[in-house]
Amino acid sequence: MEASPEYAVQMHGILKTFGAFTALDHVDLDVKKQTVHAILGENGAGKTTLMNILYGLYQADEGDIFMGGEKVNITSPTDAIKHGIGMVHQHFMLVENFTVTENIILGDEVCGAAGVLDMGRARKEVMELVDEYGFDVDPDAKIEDITVGMQQRVEILKALYRGAEVLILDEPTAVLTPQEIDKLIEIMHDLIAKGKTIIIITHKLREIMQSADECSIIRRGVYMGTVNVKESNETELASKMVGRNVNLTVEKTPAHPGETVLSIRDLTVKDDRGIEQVRGLNLDIRAGEIVGIAGIDGNGQQELVDAITNIVKAESGSIKINGQEIVNTTPRTTFLNKIATIPSDRHRWGLVLPFAVSENSVLERHTEDTFGEGIKLDYNKMHDYTTKLIEEFDIRPSGCEDERMSGLSGGNQQKAIIARMVTSSPNLLIAFQPTRGLDVGAIEFVHKTLIAERDRGAAILLISFELDEVMDVSDTIAVIYHGQIAGTFAQGTVDENQLGLLMAGGEAK
Amino acid sequence: MRNFEKFLRSRFAAALIAVLVGFAISAIVLAAAGYNPIGSFGALFNGAFGKPKYIANVFIKATPILLTGVSVAFAFKTGLFNIGAEGQYILGSTLATIVGVKLALPMPLQVPLVLAAGILGGAALGAFVGWLKAKFGIHEVITSIMCNWISFYLCNFIVMSDAFHKPNSTSALQVNGSSYTMILGNWKKSEAGKEFLSNIHWLREILLKTDLNYGFIIAIVVAIAASLVLNRTKLGYELRAVGFNRDAARFSGISVERNIILSMLIAGGISGLAGALTITGISPHTITLLAAMESYGFNGMSVAFIAGCAPIGCIPSAILFSSLIYGGMSVQQVMGAPSDIISIMIGTIVFFTALPGVTGMIADAIAKKRKAKEALKEAVKEA
Repeated sequence: MEASPEYAVQMHGILKTFGAFTALDHVDLDVKKQTVHAILGENGAGKTTLMNILYGLYQADEGDIFMGGEKVNITSPTDAIKHGIGMVHQHFMLVENFTVTENIILGDEVCGAAGVLDMGRARKEVMELVDEYGFDVDPDAKIEDITVGMQQRVEILKALYRGAEVLILDEPTAVLTPQEIDKLIEIMHDLIAKGKTIIIITHKLREIMQSADECSIIRRGVYMGTVNVKESNETELASKMVGRNVNLTVEKTPAHPGETVLSIRDLTVKDDRGIEQVRGLNLDIRAGEIVGIAGIDGNGQQELVDAITNIVKAESGSIKINGQEIVNTTPRTTFLNKIATIPSDRHRWGLVLPFAVSENSVLERHTEDTFGEGIKLDYNKMHDYTTKLIEEFDIRPSGCEDERMSGLSGGNQQKAIIARMVTSSPNLLIAFQPTRGLDVGAIEFVHKTLIAERDRGAAILLISFELDEVMDVSDTIAVIYHGQIAGTFAQGTVDENQLGLLMAGGEAK
Repeated sequence: MRNFEKFLRSRFAAALIAVLVGFAISAIVLAAAGYNPIGSFGALFNGAFGKPKYIANVFIKATPILLTGVSVAFAFKTGLFNIGAEGQYILGSTLATIVGVKLALPMPLQVPLVLAAGILGGAALGAFVGWLKAKFGIHEVITSIMCNWISFYLCNFIVMSDAFHKPNSTSALQVNGSSYTMILGNWKKSEAGKEFLSNIHWLREILLKTDLNYGFIIAIVVAIAASLVLNRTKLGYELRAVGFNRDAARFSGISVERNIILSMLIAGGISGLAGALTITGISPHTITLLAAMESYGFNGMSVAFIAGCAPIGCIPSAILFSSLIYGGMSVQQVMGAPSDIISIMIGTIVFFTALPGVTGMIADAIAKKRKAKEALKEAVKEA
């Protein structure tokens, strides 16, 4: 495609290699002015790399960038900002104890004579911006006191303040409630109407359908084409992204719950700053049942899992597994009581990345005689055991027993954790954000495994910040708010608006 | 070419390049100071390997730093920085002296007891540092440095105490003769031994003119054992898991606290053994009043890092290090060049081993060139 003034951004023939690895193989991207353009791809497909090149964080080995038909040379974020490109990263770059205004002007301060900071004028300029775009943001509030949705708006304001015409949003909905997502989509359409262009990186199909005009798909560093979103559907996008047909709906039979396996009563847990995060929580899970916990990050989910797995001490309350009290014991006791946990942060809690795949696969079980008698650890037996897991769970690349865990992709690392957890035939399986950062193919696998474990008779505790996931997979949906269960529903008896209200601390209608 | 790439990515290549760069920079420093680099390196080599006696001394001097090196490497592999090897060494030698002076048992009992005392001293000090870290989260570097000074002054206190001080000297009493670990210690001084040795010049030189002892053999065994424990046992697995990722280890039911203490205990014990072996193997077979740290522990850190913190790698690394130190003395004698040059060389080598990425980057560049060439060849073929 020729460079043309119709397009806000055009990237042609972008090649980027890291050592021997080709991250982007001559990728093209043409973004029309005043549109929302989605970039869709699996994890590691190269979408963020492409955007980092546009924002000047990386330099392409080959290829050209055009803006409004003119060739531009972007070698640093400063260049990008000069050309009117703004980027909102997935993890916000805000100073927590600064006010909104201070954060917005940071690095681009308004100064009067002799370089003295002119906060009065800065505040006025910020107010004008807020009014112009109708953002509901208090310029004098401190970042730590406002919601995540508002923080995101501050990030967008930061870019607009620097004169951004093209906004790059990297996974913008990952941390938002359904209501906040709706608000964000509204803001995006508003910005388009005011002449801006938006590029959004995401792997959430539904949001693309709701917000984007066009969608470019990248698969393993190769450009797969651009589709008009209105003429497409979620299934088509998904199969284009993965390269095969995927089943987007979760298939499962009705649950046949048995005896109560996990019983939590009046549990109170403080976080490491000494603030109560779980406040008298009660929860029961029966065998053969998936209980999904819906809620916004930071409402006690982490502390709940930490207490069950005995990573932290609970202040008070009781956690019983098959009648056995395990509160305030040790992680080892948790494991011996046949509780397995897929942790939310697999790199921090789930894996020893510099260890080989085979070494990782026996964490928890390395003390067993199966892997060497006495003090000896038998690497051959570990290797054989791992080979079985790799085959059974299709961990790739096959034959990776002796490779370092850090060399595997995120999805395969997650498979390795799940393989480890499931082979211990747990009575209770805790899945905390089990599909975080995974692509649709891997998500399908995780959900199938959870349901298979349920059908085997395990009790499943699913905790996720993705409301869709909780609604699709769970037999029972519980909402956590402010460290307590705010409501419990059987699957199919509640819609996402009701859940969203409860998640935000409102009353269900 | 591919083999060369593979070699470049190995730990050995990183160490080798660091050593070569160290020599190159020392050559520049020597030349700038007006000394002939080639002649100086010749003197260095000659001073370390020129006579059987010298070689024996290189091994004798390599013994303590090999052990402290293994001690640092072991702790490092489990995520801990044992800067306290120095203090553990001093406490090990002090306790070994106390036991060696007070006990006078037959050699098969005496030697193990003296060595055990040294190991116990180092291990206790190491475990104390580990306990402070596990229980209160105090960083091991801070507590280790403090423990170094505690050991230092405790050693001086023992030297000067009534029970152990040797009158009219700056030393403590010598340990009992049955504690000695010199090779053929008694035989070589006997009439028969002297007569036998008078015919074999080189053997006489290394046996009579040096304190050649069993220490180096013990140190090699310890290095191999440390490597086996780390890589082939459940204990080593847990220690490394805690070292690489404390959170994941805790999450999978491994006791982080216990393993931190154990790791420091083992590392401390190895350094303590180094101290004890100095007492049993080398005259004056006792501790002396220290004016400054003797740097056995600190040199052990250099040994460990040149070896990439692999216990077995510490063996060549310690020999290299001790030949530099020992041979360096002749650079001063023969060339008149200050022995500080050797310190600069050692410093440069350690500095460049701290940049293990360099050789990897060279390998990457070669791989890229090769790929480009292959692509070109294919393009030509297709055309």
